[in-house]
Amino acid sequence: MSVVEAEGLGLTFETNDGPVHALSDVNLTIDKGEFVSFIGPSGCGKTTFLRVIADLEQPTSGTITVNGTTPEKARKQRSYGYVFQAAGLYPWRTIERNVALPLEIMGYAKAEQRERIARTLDLVNLTGFEKKYPWQLSGGMQQRASIARALSFDADLLLMDEPFGALDEIVRDHLNDQLLQLWAKTDKTICFVTHSIPEAVYLSTKIVVMSPRPGRVTDIIESTLPKERPLDIRESPEFLEIAARVRDGLRAGHSYEE
Amino acid sequence: MERLTQNTWFAVLVVVSAIILIWYGFSIQLNMPWQRGVYARAGEDGVPLLQLLSDLWSQQRPVLPAPHQVAVEFWNSVFLANPSTPRSLIFHAWITLSATGLGFLFGTLLGIFLAVLIVHNRAVDRSLMPWVIASQTIPILAIAPMVVVVLNSVGLTGLIPKALISTYLSFFPVVVGMVKGFRSPDALQLDLMRTYSASGAQMFWKLRWPSALPFLFTSMKVGVAASLVGAIVGELPTGAAGGLGSRLLAGSYYGQTTQIWAALFMAAALSAALIFAISAVQKLTQKAMGAPA
Repeated sequence: MSVVEAEGLGLTFETNDGPVHALSDVNLTIDKGEFVSFIGPSGCGKTTFLRVIADLEQPTSGTITVNGTTPEKARKQRSYGYVFQAAGLYPWRTIERNVALPLEIMGYAKAEQRERIARTLDLVNLTGFEKKYPWQLSGGMQQRASIARALSFDADLLLMDEPFGALDEIVRDHLNDQLLQLWAKTDKTICFVTHSIPEAVYLSTKIVVMSPRPGRVTDIIESTLPKERPLDIRESPEFLEIAARVRDGLRAGHSYEE
Repeated sequence: MERLTQNTWFAVLVVVSAIILIWYGFSIQLNMPWQRGVYARAGEDGVPLLQLLSDLWSQQRPVLPAPHQVAVEFWNSVFLANPSTPRSLIFHAWITLSATGLGFLFGTLLGIFLAVLIVHNRAVDRSLMPWVIASQTIPILAIAPMVVVVLNSVGLTGLIPKALISTYLSFFPVVVGMVKGFRSPDALQLDLMRTYSASGAQMFWKLRWPSALPFLFTSMKVGVAASLVGAIVGELPTGAAGGLGSRLLAGSYYGQTTQIWAALFMAAALSAALIFAISAVQKLTQKAMGAPA
């Protein structure tokens, strides 16, 4: 069963400088259990597409279904967890209270909340930091806490918008590794926006290459890498071949005219 | 020496000493003409300096009482007078404080209520905000006596009219601050609540309200000072009913400048104590909300 299905999807923002075509004629199917990366230069609409799935933006043409229904219904059914570019933890809540936020809103019982907080914090290796406030944690730990928050209510779909963009290379490698393990453990469908080629190739079963003006999909690459991926897989010829294809796709769609 | 100059208390002490010194200087200059008249009528000539100073600083109705005269009057009317009689500043301060407190409570609640309406409804935002701002351009001294007179004619006297004037002055900073506070959550935080498909009430209590709390305390500090001014102004037309305002008015009727100054200091002390109390609550709240110590 496909989790996301977009057909001829378009989104045009009306601005004072005329219309901006954020998305144009996007056709894409994402199946259950896939790890899909969206890669492309800024302005290619990758974040916009994620926001359309999440019902945070409304498409202006074409159709999209999420879990077989409209994005709005899917959102109201709480069928996805969204991880933003910044952790966006509430500074007045401890880490456990931050993770509890969606649980409180969705009306989970106290005992169930406690159990889920413990489980998801363990999943992102933050056990022991329950009572800390966000400012007491490093950027990487904060981002992990925000992932725990998105995981806590067990939606099958995880939407991640450049979650590791602001972190340094070493922390990013570590979190990528953890994310893969988590994906293997939970069997979720993950949509992941990035502008790092190695990150996209390392993580994904499917890489969607996008290009700007208008934002569109230029290439969809099915990864041939095995599901089990140690960090040093990134030096294998197979990995480099996929990375080269992604780079070619990016270059083809990228114009340096302006 | 370096440590001394960086000490806050030392700095405060220096400034206070300077003010007292200047004050004594002016009290000599401003009270001199009257003292000269006294000497001339008595035919005294060549009064020794010490005698002159002592006379200057012990006038019954000085233009500017010397600091120690004010201090003595303050001490007598605060600590020596029976607090249940109108001779006591505590008696008057309590009357003013109760009006201030009630008015401030009303004002804060009204301010929060209006801010909630403004943030949640565009029509209210457009139609109400200009009136809120216009309300503050009316001189309070002009409107206070009318409020008192009008309410008096419908049988409301004493505390309520004064509290209403306090409310009128104190709701404004709260409205402005809380509108800003309720709007302070950024796009990401609002989107996050949307992804959870949170209800309006959840959005308010879990995001907007805690985000706005720092703004609330700042507004309350401004509001409580305005409340006190409102209560004092409200007491001016009520005459003998008591309160720091009526004490000030009585002092100026009978030329009791020392009494006026003592009442002014009482008002200042009251205002400082109120702001200090709000700061203390603010600190406790910040601590409960995990602010870095």
